[in-house]
Amino acid sequence: MRITKEKLRWLYETMYRIRRFEETMLEQTFRGNAMGVTHPSDGQEAVPTGICAHLTEKDWIGSTHRGHGHCIAKGLDTKAMMAEIMGRYTGQCKGKGGSMHIADFSKGMLGANAIVGASVPLAVGAALTSKYRGMEDESVGVAFFGDGATSQGVVHESMNLAAIWDLPVIFACENNQYAEATPAWYAVSTEDIAARADSYGIPGVQVDGMNVFAVYEAAGEAVARARAGEGPTLLELKTYRYHGHFHADDPKKYRKPDEEEEYLERDCLKHFEGLVTQQGAMTEEELQGIRDEIEQEMQDAVDFALNSPMPPIDELYSDVYVDYSNPLAGLR
Amino acid sequence: MTTADATQTRSVLSDPGVLVPGPGYEVSGTVERYRDTFNRTLRDELDRDADVFIMGEDISGGFDRDTNEPLDAWGGPFAATKGLVQDFGPDRIRDAPISEAGFVGAAVGAALTGLRPVVDLMYFDFVTVAYDQLLSNAAKSRYMFGGQTKVPLTLFARSGGGTGHAAQHSESFYSMLAHIPGLKVVVPSDPYTVRGLLASAIRDDDPVFLVNDKKLINMEGFAPDESFAFPLGKGRYLKHGDDVTLIGMSYTSVVCKQAADMLAEEGIEAEVVDMLSLSPFDEEIIVESVMKTNRVVIVDEDTPRASMASEFAAIVADKAFDYLDAPVKRVTGPHTPVPYNKGLETAFMPQPDDVVSTVRAMLDGE
Repeated sequence: MRITKEKLRWLYETMYRIRRFEETMLEQTFRGNAMGVTHPSDGQEAVPTGICAHLTEKDWIGSTHRGHGHCIAKGLDTKAMMAEIMGRYTGQCKGKGGSMHIADFSKGMLGANAIVGASVPLAVGAALTSKYRGMEDESVGVAFFGDGATSQGVVHESMNLAAIWDLPVIFACENNQYAEATPAWYAVSTEDIAARADSYGIPGVQVDGMNVFAVYEAAGEAVARARAGEGPTLLELKTYRYHGHFHADDPKKYRKPDEEEEYLERDCLKHFEGLVTQQGAMTEEELQGIRDEIEQEMQDAVDFALNSPMPPIDELYSDVYVDYSNPLAGLR
Repeated sequence: MTTADATQTRSVLSDPGVLVPGPGYEVSGTVERYRDTFNRTLRDELDRDADVFIMGEDISGGFDRDTNEPLDAWGGPFAATKGLVQDFGPDRIRDAPISEAGFVGAAVGAALTGLRPVVDLMYFDFVTVAYDQLLSNAAKSRYMFGGQTKVPLTLFARSGGGTGHAAQHSESFYSMLAHIPGLKVVVPSDPYTVRGLLASAIRDDDPVFLVNDKKLINMEGFAPDESFAFPLGKGRYLKHGDDVTLIGMSYTSVVCKQAADMLAEEGIEAEVVDMLSLSPFDEEIIVESVMKTNRVVIVDEDTPRASMASEFAAIVADKAFDYLDAPVKRVTGPHTPVPYNKGLETAFMPQPDDVVSTVRAMLDGE
């Protein structure tokens, strides 16, 4: 596998940006600056990074309640994301979506959904548009979803649709091994989620989701297949979330310490740093330079969000429809 | 049963059946079955916009095992899409497996990325299988994402009892859709209105659900030759009268008209309001008519709790209370599933006689 220096830098920058965004966002949540629940994805950074490294703004991704990493990897602005989490008018969705519903259609981000499994039919629909227009080579759909979503009926329906219609879509199952507190070993009937691909007649690949190079390589093949009109691929990316299901959840209540330690040992940033410095592809100074830039970016994002206005109350009534003739205000 | 000599010209504004502006004063049209108007309107919209495509179960009716070519064996459920696959091909008349949640969700994804999907959900009851996709994705995306996107999606399905389809193929739960902010609901009642409302639904930038009562599908009526867009959210008068307002929606507008004709023989002049849209809906026409007649009976085939009939009754209570000479009455299905047995099923559905006796009791009580 050959990766350009520029791409290598992008991989690190993106993973580190996600890590620091989640940590900063959590800190702000605990200070009471977020307006609701937040679901951090730190630990899982290699997955969206290794996949989105192959995408452009013309490709579409669908995302989940744990979606900040997907957004960042797809190129969304961290200022507008932080402002959205703080419910501000300058947020990505004017403060009306929040942490679980960040979207940027100009970047090919279909919007994050909080009904588990929702990203899957939407990405299939985006792939349908692409195929309808004969644009498979330049626009594919990627559905990010967790191990929990693999028990949802609509996920199976969508995989079947994509398979029978040969749609350019990548099913990216982030198996962080816990759906809320329920372990995948309990909830998933098969040993591996990737094995389920057989039942749709599509390739299924299990990938080490803590290793960005493994993700990058597997995703590269899946995206190339989709762009060549060869149809969907299911990727199972085995990963781990360092925090609980949501900001206030203590995962120690349902996870063993040795398991947590094992994954911390295999941390995607640590792994990347070790490998690139060992091989002389990047220097520690270069990595530090990236970290410093991102530290500043996070500070700027927090400052921007905290200094942004709240949405005017009239925003309650806008964007429900493009056009609607009955009043939208409630009855008082 | 369209025949060449059925082509005729109607004066749309002066026709008592159509008292809202149509495409012009004089419209050339045809007397034909509702299903034929529906089919030809789909065809017009497919011709008009290359981004429009149709998706649903059996809509291209099976595939030849040797050639993979669509067979159009049924012409789609109730022949709604008959002949379309031959002219528009299987990409635009996309036959889907039985996975309503999957293909409605995919249609939302296609709408979010620039296409204008039209989904045939077959029976209205199947809404519940795809309800999350309608409620959480189709209806909420624009709002949640701060107005960044729109969802130009149209869905249609067949509702209502009267055909022995029993409890799981006869629903009329309009209010379960009208309740959803972000979704629009229309209920045409004859070929003329389905011609205009289907075109409007497909051209509209919001998700619109069009409900076809099965009892309308083989009924004949006048429909303009030229395609036109009937405004969403507008009702119409089917008959003018001073004594009582009868409010119908979908097939119950036909029931109201029949009841009004029966009442006219007794010297009671009922005004018939055909709602046509359930979200948004025409509050003005309700209030205007009740202010004139001072009495209202709302006829709805849905079960009564939290129904559109209840919603319209609330509008009358709120905005025309001082004009009422009698309590608002609702004639609806009972709070039961739809039964199979013909006698029971007939008793479930609001009949013209039920409306007539309700009006008589109302007038006798004064």
